[in-house]
This record gives sequence, C-alpha cells and structure tokens, in this order.
Amino acid sequence: MSVAPPKVLLAMRVNGADVECAFSPSKTLLEVVREDLGLTGTKHGCEMGHCGACTVLVDGVPVLSCLELAVEAEAREVTTVEGLARGAEMHPVQAAFAECGAAQCGYCTPGFLMSAAALLDGAEGRTLTQPEIAEALAGNLCRCTGYTKIIEAVALANRRMAEQNRG
Amino acid sequence: MAERDLRAVSTATNPDIDAAGFTADSAVSSIAIAAPAAPAGKPEGFSVVGKSTPKVNSFAAVTGAAIFADDVILPRMLHGKLLRSTKPHARLIKVDCSRALELPGVVAVATGADLPVRYGILPSSPDETVLAYDTVRYVGDPIAAVVADDELTAEEALDLIDVTYEPLPSIMTIDAALRDDLPQIHENPRRTNNVHKEVHLEFGDMAAGYAAADRIFEDEYFFEGNTHAPMEEHSVVAALGADSKLTIWASTQTPHYLHRIAAQVLEMPASRIRVIAPPVGGGFGGKTEPFAHELVAAYLACKTGRPVKITLTRQEVFYAHRGRHPVKMRIKTGVKRDGTITACHLQTWLDGGAYGSYGVATTYYTGALSTVTYKIPAYKFDGCRVFTNKPPCGPKRGHGTTQPRFAFECHLDAIADVLGIDAAEYRRRIAVDPHSTTVNGLRITSCGLRECIDAATKRTDYAAKRARRQKGKGIGIAASSYLCGAGLAVYWNEMPHSGAIVKVDRGGGVTVFCGTSECGQGSEHMLAAIVAETLGIDVMDVRVCSGDTDLTPVDLGSYSSRVTFMAGNAARQAAARVRSQIADVAAAKLGIAVDRVGFALRRVFDVDKPENAMNFLEAAQATEAKLGTIAGVGSYAPPPGIAGDFKGSGVGPSPAYSYSACVAEVDVDLETGAVTVEKITLAHDVGRAINPDSVEGQIEGGVYMGLGEALMEEQIFRAGEHKIPNLLDYKTPTILDMPPVESIIIETDDAEGPFGAKEAGQGPLNPVIPAIANAVADAIGARVYSTPVTPEKVLKALDAASGGVLRLRKPAAVPTPREPVAP
Repeated sequence: MSVAPPKVLLAMRVNGADVECAFSPSKTLLEVVREDLGLTGTKHGCEMGHCGACTVLVDGVPVLSCLELAVEAEAREVTTVEGLARGAEMHPVQAAFAECGAAQCGYCTPGFLMSAAALLDGAEGRTLTQPEIAEALAGNLCRCTGYTKIIEAVALANRRMAEQNRG
Repeated sequence: MAERDLRAVSTATNPDIDAAGFTADSAVSSIAIAAPAAPAGKPEGFSVVGKSTPKVNSFAAVTGAAIFADDVILPRMLHGKLLRSTKPHARLIKVDCSRALELPGVVAVATGADLPVRYGILPSSPDETVLAYDTVRYVGDPIAAVVADDELTAEEALDLIDVTYEPLPSIMTIDAALRDDLPQIHENPRRTNNVHKEVHLEFGDMAAGYAAADRIFEDEYFFEGNTHAPMEEHSVVAALGADSKLTIWASTQTPHYLHRIAAQVLEMPASRIRVIAPPVGGGFGGKTEPFAHELVAAYLACKTGRPVKITLTRQEVFYAHRGRHPVKMRIKTGVKRDGTITACHLQTWLDGGAYGSYGVATTYYTGALSTVTYKIPAYKFDGCRVFTNKPPCGPKRGHGTTQPRFAFECHLDAIADVLGIDAAEYRRRIAVDPHSTTVNGLRITSCGLRECIDAATKRTDYAAKRARRQKGKGIGIAASSYLCGAGLAVYWNEMPHSGAIVKVDRGGGVTVFCGTSECGQGSEHMLAAIVAETLGIDVMDVRVCSGDTDLTPVDLGSYSSRVTFMAGNAARQAAARVRSQIADVAAAKLGIAVDRVGFALRRVFDVDKPENAMNFLEAAQATEAKLGTIAGVGSYAPPPGIAGDFKGSGVGPSPAYSYSACVAEVDVDLETGAVTVEKITLAHDVGRAINPDSVEGQIEGGVYMGLGEALMEEQIFRAGEHKIPNLLDYKTPTILDMPPVESIIIETDDAEGPFGAKEAGQGPLNPVIPAIANAVADAIGARVYSTPVTPEKVLKALDAASGGVLRLRKPAAVPTPREPVAP
C-alpha cells in the first residue's frame, strides 16, 4: 500500500535502449532512474536543484533530474552516467577524470561528468577556454576537489577529443 | 602525463625513484641501484611511491559503478523517516504514533522509550539517546521514526504523529549558556549554567615569561560555526539475517565506532553485528560518529525482520551537523623586541550545540596544538565548551585547531606589524625546530615548516608584493601544523589503532584487508600503493577490501588524519611479512643472500645483479609450495612517550605532525567590500608523497574548504531555527569562486611514517583562512576579527579605520525616481 498516486506506464529511451517503466506520476526523473530503472550512478544531493549531483542528459541537454517529473521524459532520450561509455571504452571525460584525480569521494562526479560531456560533445573538437568550462560546470557543487582537477580533466578530454576529430 | 602542464608542482627533496632509475616501462636489466638513496627495507628503491597514477578506485567513481550506502537496494526493503523536533528546547509531554500506525503501508514506528540506552562517541559524555524521550534540545532533534513500504508513505505518516511539547527557554549563544538563571540543557547538579567542559592547563613559568617580555599583545577573535555539507546525504541500510545476524551499511567514516555503539544501544553482542562502510560521499569529519538514523534503522530492521533504509534529506544533514564549533578566543602574548615569544595565554569559549559529540576533545584541541607550530616557552590554556539549543557541533577538517589557528595567525601579523618585522620572516624566526619537544610535552619529529614558508614566499614573489602597499590589493601569509593521527583511540584500550592483512593469491593478485573508510581522501589507493611498493607489483595488482567489521581488521576510522600514517604502517608491516616469506624462498632459488633480494616491476631479483630474477608470480607460487598459504598481518599503535604526563595530555600527541604555509593574494573592492581571492599558494610538508596527485588533490580541497570558511560559510540561526539549511542559501564556493591554486609538496621523509609519509587531508586547510584574513588586512589597512570575512565586515573595518565617517555613510543625495518614459 502506498499514499502515492496509481502508476503510469511510460516508454522512453534510456542510455540508447528502449525501456518501459511503470511508476507513480508524482515521481521525479531522478527517483525513476535510481529506484525503478536501478541506475544508481545518478546521485542526489539536495532534491531542490541546488547541487547538480543529479544531472542527466535529456535529448543531449543537461537536466537536473530532481526537478524534472519522469512523465516529462516520455519518448525522449535520457542519458545517465551509465550510458556515457561506449561499450567497454570510457568517454574521454571519464578517462580524464580518473587520470587527473578529478574524482575524490566520487559522489558529485556523475553529475559533473554529464555536464562536462554535454559541453565537450557540443564543442565538436573546438578548444574550450577555462572560463567556458567553468561556466558550464557552475551548477555542479563539489566539496572535495576545489574544482581544480575537474577543470584540468575537462580540458584534457577536450584536447584529446580535438585530436581524435583531427585524426 | 607530460601534457598535464596546467598545474605546477615541485618537490623539495628528490624522491628516490629517479635515483633508482625506475620508470613505468623500464626493463629489470636497466635498474641502476643508488644505494645511499634506498629507503629502509627497500634495497631496490621505489617503484610505486612518488608516482602519480590514477587511484585504484577512480574507475568505479567515474562510471557510476561505486555503490554508496543509498545505492544499496535490498528485496522487501522498507523506507524510514525521522520525525524531528520543531522546538529548540522543550519537554516532551506526549508522543503518540497510533494514527501513523494506522496509515496503510506503515509497518512500524519507534520512539525514545524503545531505545533508552544513553551513548556518546566519547565515553566521557554519554548524553544522547537515539530518539528523544523526555526533552528535545534543538530544532531537528529526532523524536520518532516510521518505516513504511515506500518513502512517501513514511513521510506522510510523520504528519500523523501527535507530539505535545512544553516549551522551555532556548539558549542560543555562548553568553546565554554561561548564565546561571536559565534552565540546563543537560541536567548537571555540579553546575548552575550550561557549561559542558572546562579545561585549565599551564606549562612553563607564565609570570616569568610575561616579565621577560618587551611588549604584551592582547586580541579577541571569533570564528563562526560552519558545516561539512558533504555532497552525499547520510544514509543507512540495515538488515537482519535469518541467522539473527545484523548487517549495517552506513555512510560512516568510523565503522568500528558505529559497530561498538550499535552493540551497546541495541543491546546485542557485537559479534552478531557487521558494519560495512561503502564508499563515503564526502565526510570531512561529519560522519565520524553514530547517528540516530543509523541506530534506529538497525532497531527497526530487527523489529520488522525486513531491511530498512533511511536516507537524510539535505535539511536533515544540516541538523545532523557535528560541524565546526563557533569559538570566541582571547590571546595574550608576551614578546621580545625581536619577536621571540616569551609567554602565551589562550582562552577559548566553544558553542557546542545540544550534545557532547567529540566536544571534550574539541575543547582540548582548541589549545593543544598552539605550541606545535611556533616556539612558546610558557603557555596557559583555558577552554570552555557550552551547550546551546542548536545542532550539535563536533569535528570538521582541522578539528578544533582551525579556529585558534585563525586567531593566532592574525594575532602574529598584528605583532609583526608593530615590531616592524615582515610577517613571513617573523614566522620563520619563531618556527619550531625538527626533533624538539613542546612546553606541553608534545614530541615533534620531522618538520618542514621553514621550508614551507620559504617555498610559498619564493614562489609568489611575496616580498615584492608585500612592499607595494597598493590599497585594495593584499598578500597575506599564515602557517600551521596538524596531527598524523590522534595518539589515543576515543575509548581507552591497549589494542592497535590499525590492523591489516595482506594475502597473496595463487594467480599473483594481492588483497589487502583493512578496516579503513574511503571518504575521498584516497585511503584505498594509499593502501594499494604501500602494498604494491613493498611487494614490487603494480597498484592495479592489489585489491583493497576495506571498512567491513566482519572481514577487515580494525582501523579506528577516517578522522584525525590518521589513515596514511597508521593504516599505512599496518599495511606496510603486513606486506613486509609477506615479502619476507617470499624473499626467503626466492633467495634460495636465486642463490643469493636474502638481504640482496629486491622486488619491483613484478619481478623478484638480485639487487646487485638484476638480470638474476624471477617473476613475482613464480616467486609467490614457489613460496606457497614451500611454506603454505601466503598471508601477513600487520598492526600499528603510536609509540609510547609522545605525550606529557598530566590530565588532558591525551589530546594533542601524534606520532608526527605535518606542516603547511599558505600565501593568499586578494583583491578587495573598497566600495562594496567584496573580496576576490586571486591566487592561493600552499606549501605542505607531507613527509613523502605516496601519490603526488592525491596530495595535491588534498591540498586543493583544503584550500577550497578554507576559502569557503574564510569568506562565506556560516551556520547561523534565527529564533531558534537554522536560518539556511539548504545548499543555495548556505553558501559554498562554486567553480567560479575558486582561484588558481599552486600546490608545493615538501618532503621531509618522516622516520616513522610509511615510506616517510605524513598527512595531507586536514593540515592544508588550516593556514588558508588566516592567510586570506591577513591578505585582506594588508589590502585595506584594517582588520576583520571574525569569520567569515564578508563584504559587510570589510566595510565596517574600513569605516572603523577611517574614524567611522567615510564608509557606510548615507549617499549625499538620493536621486529622484524618474517617471517611466513612454516607448
């Protein structure tokens, strides 16, 4: 038994796969992703849109999943941190985060990765400036790193993706 | 790695790796041994230590694969919520859960009477119960818990619990807590006020010290309280097995202490309880003691026979707190004309909030480390912690030493200014010496404080910038020291502080078992690196099993910057015992004396003739064939004789101290009072950097957290309530607020640290706050005596310095509002 409204059945694309999911329409995208789809890589830090930990991509655009009702994601493409890698190969920004020590406790990391991936993928190989990187990540809070290595990692991924584009 | 040129790092002493000729892909035959550089027990030199490699746990972190406590989802799991007090101070007349229990989906409730055992993280202040049963002491104090089939139902049920309060006067300030005419937050017949703990200590001859002084300086400072705000909201899952064994997954920095106290509170044998600390999503000291939600989840899991999860909301995290104490400080220091300190008296008043927490230790810590940074031949300390009706304060990164460090470093600048000594030169002059003993009996061993000061000032061109005297531009310096682990456990015992087991698999893989809690500081990688270095294998060959009271030997936890030093030494000993077994067998196979056996690059070889070698796997299998299963145990306890002999001497001793110096460069807008930090340069004596990238990460994180405390973070209250319990209004620095940070790693090769290592997790935070405050004072020619240094305080300081007429004046003329012009 629950006080929640009756469930709805929804079709969406999550991490490149068609999924159907039944959930109460009062649930946020964050709750559905974590609790109903079992994708616990997406984190919550405030449930109020303040911290950015829950950032996912909806149709390639970073979205605070704690403020988005899941029903709004119907027939849209949702990407979570679990969907960043291509098979066994990590997205360049994931590799750069590991290499630069940009993740300390790792809790804010998925949110940062999603914001950064949208920026990097959108840059299409163009070299990003440090203020551009910082601006794109300004909605994500981190209490461990002081952001220094996060900027470094995104810049490194940007360089590598540019090289790949040229190559 | 060469392309990573965004950062600047230097090491003062050259690590032995280069001398030993190791590179990641060098062949065994190319090893050149530089004997004098070889560390003890490592005739082959370093092959892992000193190299920056990705942390072994970073791959899980960047793929979302790391399972934090709230990611644990079990079949039939119930969700719990806590009802929290809406009154700052009140008697609980009635707590009636009957209507809540009738709500469909609600499975069970708990109230104070269900869990009556009193506890506290320190045995000296057992003043908490899991749920309040006669008194609530702050807005947010847990009163009852509900578990239901889902979170929404549990939350709805909270509204159906009927609570009747009888309000009591609330005590919200240190001054109110010192009054004799207000009710006591905790009954104490020996007192008439709300003092929790008083400490009075005196060392050396104070009267003679002041008499010998040419000048005496006296100042008062206030450090505002602030909180850890870890990104991960605290979470717990508890499940009782059919075998009557209870398992608790908790976001805790101290699984061992949770294990102990869960056994006490639940009145269950500890042998039936298993505490697992999954990766912690940020701790900073905020997850170092058992919390109500953890203990009540365990209780309700036992009561219902179903797994129970409770995850705090962000607002509840602000109530759980245990963060930085607000502290009032008064310092009186006698100095000679050349600045030599002759005597120092420090008084501190700590606003402790509603419960004891680590507060007795915090009180001592506000005084204990004053003498570890600069030479003080006579020292008097009076500390006083009070109870108030606010969320309990406890340890935050720098535990109790951060506040007096702010005060003392500002005080030193004031002294240097009057005596006409440069602030950096002054600190250099009075810095403690390596291998000395402080007046309060603390043993100092390795100390790179002067090297830190020199490196930070040289790198920033400090002298030239300090001389420029351009209003609005400022440069400031501060220094500090910190523990590498507390000398005593929080409960008295004679057992080791840390234990480790190293086991070698038949496939050449190695597992280290150690009860540490990884909260982002890098403890997993540190353990892997120490074991890999000892056995000459790659860090990725080592699997780390940590934070599980059933599987791992006890480590006291991730607090007091103890893990690298203590767990590192335990792991090193365990690995060294394995190494010794393998070396015995390999020596016979290679036909050499055992002291010539070297381990590196997955090879076991003759250090005098590296081509005489076998690979690690062969050596391990030969050893298992000859000696049986290969495993080693290790443990660590601080050496005796590192503390003085007086009541209270247990707080302050540490097997080693780290040292830091910070130079802050700021720009102050003289019109608005806004402070922009342009650059922070921080030199840190870490003993030896096991993974330089991780050390830099800790320095950068410490700088960041110090920046927040210096300029914006404050845990403040209005009408008994937390004013800003959310991450929007509780300001923390964003990526746009962060200045460039230059980290300088100083290595002093501590004789007792694992491969010479000391701490980096907390020390680098401490000098940041006073360095910024001193830079602001340099920029505006006036001082702000409290944290955070807000624009308002900067303007007030400017106003006071200019005689109170220039700033905060009313505008000469108020412009007349213009009528909107029609388009």
